[in-house]
Amino acid sequence: MGQDRQAAEAEERPPLPPRPSTSASVDPKNLQAQATTAVTPLEIQTLSFPDGSRGTFSTPGARAVSNPMDSGSSTPRRDKDSASPDNDDAASVTSFAPTMRPAADIASLLAGGLPKRSPAWNLLRTQSSNVHPFEKSQSGTPDKFDDFAREFEALPEDSGEQYGDEERLAIWKSKLKHYMIISAAGKPIWSRHGDLALINSSIGVIHTIISFYEGAKNPLQGFTAGQTRFFVLTQGSLYFVAISKLGESDSQLRFQLEALYMQILSTLTLPTLTHIFANRPSSDLRKPLQGTESLLSSLADNFTKGSPTALLGSLECLKLRKSQRHTINNTFLKHRTDKLLYGLIVADGKLVSVIRPRRHSLHPSDLQLIFNMLFEAEGVRGGGGENWIPLCLPAFNNRGYLYMYVSFLDEEGPDVKVPGQEQASPTAPGEVAMVLISAEKESFFELQQMRRDVAQQLAKSGSLAIIRAAARAGRPRVEGIAPGSHISHFLFKSRANVQYCMGSLDALFADLDERRKLMTIYHELHASVHAKLAHLKVLHSTRQDATALAWITPVFEFYCVAGPNMSRAMMTQGANKIIQWAKKEEERLFIIGGGVF
Amino acid sequence: MSESAPKPSSSVKLVLLGEAAVGKSSLVLRFVNNDFQENKEPTIGAAFLTQKCNLPSRTIKFEIWDTAGQERFASLAPMYYRNAQAALVVYDLTKPTSLVKAKHWVAELQRQASPGIVIALVGNKLDLTSDSKTADSDEEGADGEDDSGDARKVSTEEAKAYAEEESLLFFETSAKTGHNVSEVFTAIANAIPETSLKSARGAGASNTAAGRASEEQRVNLGNARESGSKDNCAC
Repeated sequence: MGQDRQAAEAEERPPLPPRPSTSASVDPKNLQAQATTAVTPLEIQTLSFPDGSRGTFSTPGARAVSNPMDSGSSTPRRDKDSASPDNDDAASVTSFAPTMRPAADIASLLAGGLPKRSPAWNLLRTQSSNVHPFEKSQSGTPDKFDDFAREFEALPEDSGEQYGDEERLAIWKSKLKHYMIISAAGKPIWSRHGDLALINSSIGVIHTIISFYEGAKNPLQGFTAGQTRFFVLTQGSLYFVAISKLGESDSQLRFQLEALYMQILSTLTLPTLTHIFANRPSSDLRKPLQGTESLLSSLADNFTKGSPTALLGSLECLKLRKSQRHTINNTFLKHRTDKLLYGLIVADGKLVSVIRPRRHSLHPSDLQLIFNMLFEAEGVRGGGGENWIPLCLPAFNNRGYLYMYVSFLDEEGPDVKVPGQEQASPTAPGEVAMVLISAEKESFFELQQMRRDVAQQLAKSGSLAIIRAAARAGRPRVEGIAPGSHISHFLFKSRANVQYCMGSLDALFADLDERRKLMTIYHELHASVHAKLAHLKVLHSTRQDATALAWITPVFEFYCVAGPNMSRAMMTQGANKIIQWAKKEEERLFIIGGGVF
Repeated sequence: MSESAPKPSSSVKLVLLGEAAVGKSSLVLRFVNNDFQENKEPTIGAAFLTQKCNLPSRTIKFEIWDTAGQERFASLAPMYYRNAQAALVVYDLTKPTSLVKAKHWVAELQRQASPGIVIALVGNKLDLTSDSKTADSDEEGADGEDDSGDARKVSTEEAKAYAEEESLLFFETSAKTGHNVSEVFTAIANAIPETSLKSARGAGASNTAAGRASEEQRVNLGNARESGSKDNCAC
């Protein structure tokens, strides 16, 4: 810790103007820091980073918004961004304390597992590797996830007698995760929790802090207060702020904020957004965004719950036999109309089939927006009927609208006789939607026709039933893949396909809080192995309530979690089994190429 | 096919317009599924639904475009009302500005939509007012500054006078209780002139045949509509 701190301080020093009050201590500290940097290779490399002056460089290079993985910022960099303002002698150690284990390679290898090692404990460990992670009896002490469901509850109404503003603010502050969008002129646009009247002053403070650094041409990227990480993303005239007590890394928070930005672009398109603020910087963006609050909120909640899709920046597909998927693709292609740009069949938020023009591929972040609209928010599914939705897919083209035809396929086989009679069924598993995207706003009836033909054909050939059955069967269970391995859960991402698969959450991680703990481990593993300049390929970490393994190769990323007593050898064995399974089943788990026209 | 009834049947294209959150989708949901959702999420873009309406003399199949009320979707509205034979312009009885918006829509329809379009002006959320028969007002604590339980801000007389002036059908409804909802659609169905039904189908070359076929076999409907819309597009 001490070393870290000194190294961090030494790093922050260059951008600061000389301060009389601290100048006396400069020399000895510099000497110390040099010794430190010689020991820690990470720091040296950070210092020799190519662009800009060391203290102020923004995100290096042109980051593709698409790829959350390439920006795994390591802890030291974050400290540098955040701590520069108060880098004087008064800065406490906690100002620099990371909200998670340090993301550097060496550090994280050492961080886990050190505390509890006695021979007796080791003995016990070898005998009971089937203890599940996060078993309540083990933790004993209450933790912040014990009441995780309350995180998603709305604040009590203003009019309610029983809660004063003080109490409502207290509830607001107790939320583990906040997202806010503020315009550069200081107008609040959206906040996940709390009505804007209640939290206006807090938003004002945040806006002032951000503007202060903007004014100094030294944009603020984030800061840490206690266990809470504040991360700021500036996009044009918009400030996006994530406030998290969940321990995500900066790059993970950045990805989440970028998704919110994408949602706004998807509603307005970039030229419109720019135009609004170019004409009147003080414009109230709430009006043009009216009606999309629920989309932003469901995205935010999804991130707060922990979304592997967001973490891995990739999509999940429905597991189907290769021949079955082939049949579906061909049916889809055969009935394609000329107006079609992209066609998707989606079941329960998992991709079943894609058809696309040869020149264009679909971007995961765009698909995430569509899936969020269809399966997380109620707006589309709740209304029944067929939908015709103008939307911009920012990663495809952020300058214009496409038109999306959405129809959920009826449970009762072919609905050719009574179209429009669809029941607004709540999220029953096995819900299948057809999504047809066109660049022409008048093409609704052609796409409707295509949907009818495809749905009829799928029903006739039995493919629809197969899709439904596969969706109902759910995700594969680890016991089925690697029996006896005692691995509780895994994530497997195929890098080439930008898709992932994961084990079933049903048995062990059905509760929101258990699931969040699992996702927190994944977030930490992911942050560690994707930290800038981290060269590690395999990371095994042990903690009091679970063990975890991350394994990164150019072909795949693999993460798994098991009970606390799992030995490293057993873990590796189980991991190998799962990876072999994933390779063998690759063509079933993932859509390779899709239907191309 | 089940459609063995001797009654002639024809389809009517109907569009719903009005400010955001006045209850357009709720009216449609009540009419189509006889259902109501509290706190329904806003419609995005537009939804297309169909529902049959049985009249003594014939069956009308409504093809309903339920549009989103937000301002940013306004530019898409012409696409939905262009060939519509009927329009439901909805306002919120508890929100005077929504009536202003409704008047704008009526004016736009009279200017731009096909002549002879049947327009109904509908004041929704009657359950929030004291003259509602069924709903008990103290359940709706959320909306009222009025402790009397009457959140009505637009008087029946005012809206009715305007409707008569512009010769619109006029109803006050509650999608929540279902009050007057089916009456609106029945009234529209009755108000559509026989000739309009024929001419609507006559837009395509094979008028009657296409119309029948569309009843029995949905497959042809899209084509018929399609050619119709193209005709109008050209002029």
